[in-house]
Amino acid sequence: MRYATPASAKEAAGLLSKETGAAFLLAGGTDLLVKLKMGMVEPDLVVDIKRIPKIDEIQTSAKGFTIGAAVSGSVIGEHKALKAAWPGVVEAANLIGSDQIQGRATLAGNLCNASPAADSVPAMIAAGAKAVIVGPQKKRTVAVEKVVLGPGQTCLTKGEVIEAITLPKPEPRTGDAYLRFIPRTEMDIAVVGVAISLKLERGVVKKAKVVLGAVAPTAVVVAAGAKALVGSKLDDAALDKLAAACSAACNPINDKRGTVEYRTRVAGVLAKRAAKIAFPRAGGAL
Amino acid sequence: MSNATLVSTTVNGDPVQFACPTDESLMTALRNRVGLTGVKEGCGTGDCGACSVTLDGSLVCSCLVLGVEAEGREVTTVEGLSEGGELHLLQQKFIDHAALQCGICTPGFLVAAKSLLDRNPNPDETEIRYALAGNLCRCTGYDKIVHAVQAAAKEMRGKDKRSKKGR
Repeated sequence: MRYATPASAKEAAGLLSKETGAAFLLAGGTDLLVKLKMGMVEPDLVVDIKRIPKIDEIQTSAKGFTIGAAVSGSVIGEHKALKAAWPGVVEAANLIGSDQIQGRATLAGNLCNASPAADSVPAMIAAGAKAVIVGPQKKRTVAVEKVVLGPGQTCLTKGEVIEAITLPKPEPRTGDAYLRFIPRTEMDIAVVGVAISLKLERGVVKKAKVVLGAVAPTAVVVAAGAKALVGSKLDDAALDKLAAACSAACNPINDKRGTVEYRTRVAGVLAKRAAKIAFPRAGGAL
Repeated sequence: MSNATLVSTTVNGDPVQFACPTDESLMTALRNRVGLTGVKEGCGTGDCGACSVTLDGSLVCSCLVLGVEAEGREVTTVEGLSEGGELHLLQQKFIDHAALQCGICTPGFLVAAKSLLDRNPNPDETEIRYALAGNLCRCTGYDKIVHAVQAAAKEMRGKDKRSKKGR
């Protein structure tokens, strides 16, 4: 196994695209090293992006935030401005694994691993996050919801590297939240995850985005759930409609963590609770 | 040893060099090449925390880090906790509270607890339990470990106050 530490994302993309053997990108390594240990992958080349300048930094600008692909969960959790702007995204990122995992795991890695149960992905989608993708030839920016195509599959082509995740500066009176259900209190994989972002106008929901995780091959944007909330002050009727829309959008699997029926029911319950957290964060009065 | 790479790093404050294959974990390199067997292998997949170390100050599972990634970084293991042959207060409190039985999880708990107290000198019980959720112990039932961390935190805060007054 060859190990490379390129000095730029473009150089990383060049190395990955030229490699004829099995090539893998290494950021936090919390998925790659497990696969290595289990013998699920046998890399000929590992490209470690952590030596790229600024890739482990969060940049703030008038447009919003640029979170480098090697920024760990613990760094995200300590970033006050990011936490104030997108608390739901930060909560979701910080739910992944233990403190030890938080010391390494990244948003870009959670996205590229493309697990249906990835915690940060629904939250990033609800917040309007984008992935900055660098290829050997060109750079492109893709909405996070378009990146994952199926379990373990992304839209990245050979050689392409996610350099950063961007989050917009939230509009005034915006609030987001992420909740996941697990059978334990820590250290588990989502049975259902729900991310909701709301924008209010005069105390009423003006715009909403509702995204489910762990109930389908990819995260699911529930347009009908968002529609149920728009124009409401989160009254019971609107919340019931949200829950029904979320349950209807589920296409889950049966596994040891939850049955199809259970996941479908919990998605609705959790969506109501997430909406009730996002609403006051957007300045609404419940 | 094909593909061996020379790694220059700092471990517990001392400059260290070792040669390891590129696919070897930092955990294995620390144990077998640097001789720091306080780093324990439990699961090898980041679930149990027995191999916890800090890398440039952040708490990580050394089984999920490649040895070659340590180039130019600073690593601290449980062996770096004691000073001048004297146990760190956390280590003493683990003994006082019988917060171990078989002992294989203990180094990881100590490194994780030290990392917690460095960030938060006054954690409540819930914070301690969450912070140590990445460390598994099959002997103690955790209560004794939580008590030991609480006792160490209390005494460390007292010491910190006294040293500030003395200044």
